[in-house]
Amino acid sequence: MLAMEYRGPKRVRAVQKPMPEIKHPQDAIVRVLRTCICGSDLHLYNGNVPDTRVGSTFGHEFIGEVVEVGSEVTKVKTGDRVIVPFNIACGECHFCRQGMFGNCHESNTEATAVGAIFGYSHTAGGFDGGQAEYARVPYANVGPTIIPEGMDLDDAVLLTDVVPTGYQAAEMAGIQPNDTVVVFGAGPIGIMAARCAWLFGAGRVIIIDKEEYRLDFARNYSYCEAYNFEEIGDPVVFIKKITDWIGADVVIDAVGAEAAGNAMQTITGRKLLLQAGSATALHWAINSVKKGGVVSIVGVYGPTDNLIPIGNVLNKGLTIRGNQSSVKRLLPRLIEHVQNGVLNPKGLITHRLPLEEVADGYRMFSAKLDNNIKTVLLPPSVTL
Amino acid sequence: MENNAVNTPIDPKQIPGWGVDADPKNDPTYPMRARMNVAQDPDPKHRPDSLQPLEVEKLRSIERPNVSAVYGTTVPPMGLSGAIRRLAFKYSENRYRHWLPLIVADRVQVVEGVLGDLVHGKVPNIWAEKGYDMEWKHNRSAFVTKMATIAALTAGTIIWLSAGKKKNSYEAKGRYKSAARPR
Repeated sequence: MLAMEYRGPKRVRAVQKPMPEIKHPQDAIVRVLRTCICGSDLHLYNGNVPDTRVGSTFGHEFIGEVVEVGSEVTKVKTGDRVIVPFNIACGECHFCRQGMFGNCHESNTEATAVGAIFGYSHTAGGFDGGQAEYARVPYANVGPTIIPEGMDLDDAVLLTDVVPTGYQAAEMAGIQPNDTVVVFGAGPIGIMAARCAWLFGAGRVIIIDKEEYRLDFARNYSYCEAYNFEEIGDPVVFIKKITDWIGADVVIDAVGAEAAGNAMQTITGRKLLLQAGSATALHWAINSVKKGGVVSIVGVYGPTDNLIPIGNVLNKGLTIRGNQSSVKRLLPRLIEHVQNGVLNPKGLITHRLPLEEVADGYRMFSAKLDNNIKTVLLPPSVTL
Repeated sequence: MENNAVNTPIDPKQIPGWGVDADPKNDPTYPMRARMNVAQDPDPKHRPDSLQPLEVEKLRSIERPNVSAVYGTTVPPMGLSGAIRRLAFKYSENRYRHWLPLIVADRVQVVEGVLGDLVHGKVPNIWAEKGYDMEWKHNRSAFVTKMATIAALTAGTIIWLSAGKKKNSYEAKGRYKSAARPR
């Protein structure tokens, strides 16, 4: 089968690989119908996630048609079209039973701090991902959710990560009616987080980035104010100024390790790997939220350390929350929102490429070329 | 100063779905397990009935007692990079000596990957693998400038190093001559 293959920092290609096999009685094999390149895939692409092995296949955003099931699979059958949450969850461990499906303890042998994620390095379990024609899906009784009749496949594929992660960013922030919400990062997740902030009753939503085309997109898609941090001076002072010098009630970090905007963070975090990525957005978030406010982190960082003003967290009495999205927990509500027209995930998609051109897709997204927001990859067996 | 002109005010109540998920009880400090109505702490020792048979070498974090019930089988450790990874997994996730060797192993494996390609008669198409067609198509002038800068820096470094070698060689000769010269 055709699959994406990692060859080293900023080097990927499409190659022929063996078909995935059932390895556990609760496994299923799916034929991939849509798969996306995620912003967090760029951390792998840039070689910033430890234990990213050459020969791995990335891709944690995919939907597919079930073509084979293990002997204990009862919830899906051959021919079903399913949304595959990006996290692999057993559904019965200490954490899954608390609804923390992004923190499953029975899917990742290599690390305890992170649950398993499809195609996201051996630090996240060493599973091949969905940027391929076929993929192995463990715990098929738990994660895969049948795509409702009539749902557009482009909407469905964005329910695997972008929508639930953006929604959970707003949910974790504990937004109260009329709160002012600032979102750092106008990538797909940040744009979706800004859009979802309104669902929780936000009174004002502001998004900060440096790419004008993304800011324009966010203004229209998320109905929010959008500012270019290269034009507003010190972003923290700017946010204080536009919030009556109080600070935002809630700040969401939707950037993570690839943040620009601070040379010291960029050099130590992204170039020298002396930190677990550049923590510029998180630094700004802590300093621009009001005293007693909430910082919600969905931007992804590596497993080591980051330089952030932790003293200000104490002195300002902040609450910081973060997690990988619990996709399975959120899917029923989010499917409702899509079916009712409250959310329009496919509106984020700007590019469609054949899987054979995966290297071009990564470069385009990484370098922010051609006004790219979200790229969908189509395996050769899929016809539009 | 900021481009405020394009940020037109909007009445939030006009936005589709505004407030539909507002929840005054959504206090971030409220325990998740309480929100999920978990009556008591789930048994932390509970494991799924079926365990995936161990068919490949699987490196295990020493912060857990066992291999997880399912695990990924892609790219088991091998070669020099594999040896470095095995060493890294002797230490916990709490230690730099776990993570830094893994980053080193990743870089070593890139070289192993190129050598592996060559051994199999395949010359890696670096241009294609890096997606440079997209840069050429959408970002040509900046791309050409970047490549020219890299080429100039590389050439400059090579010339500088070569000049250094020549100078050293003259100095060596000079020392030889001066040592041989009668005083």
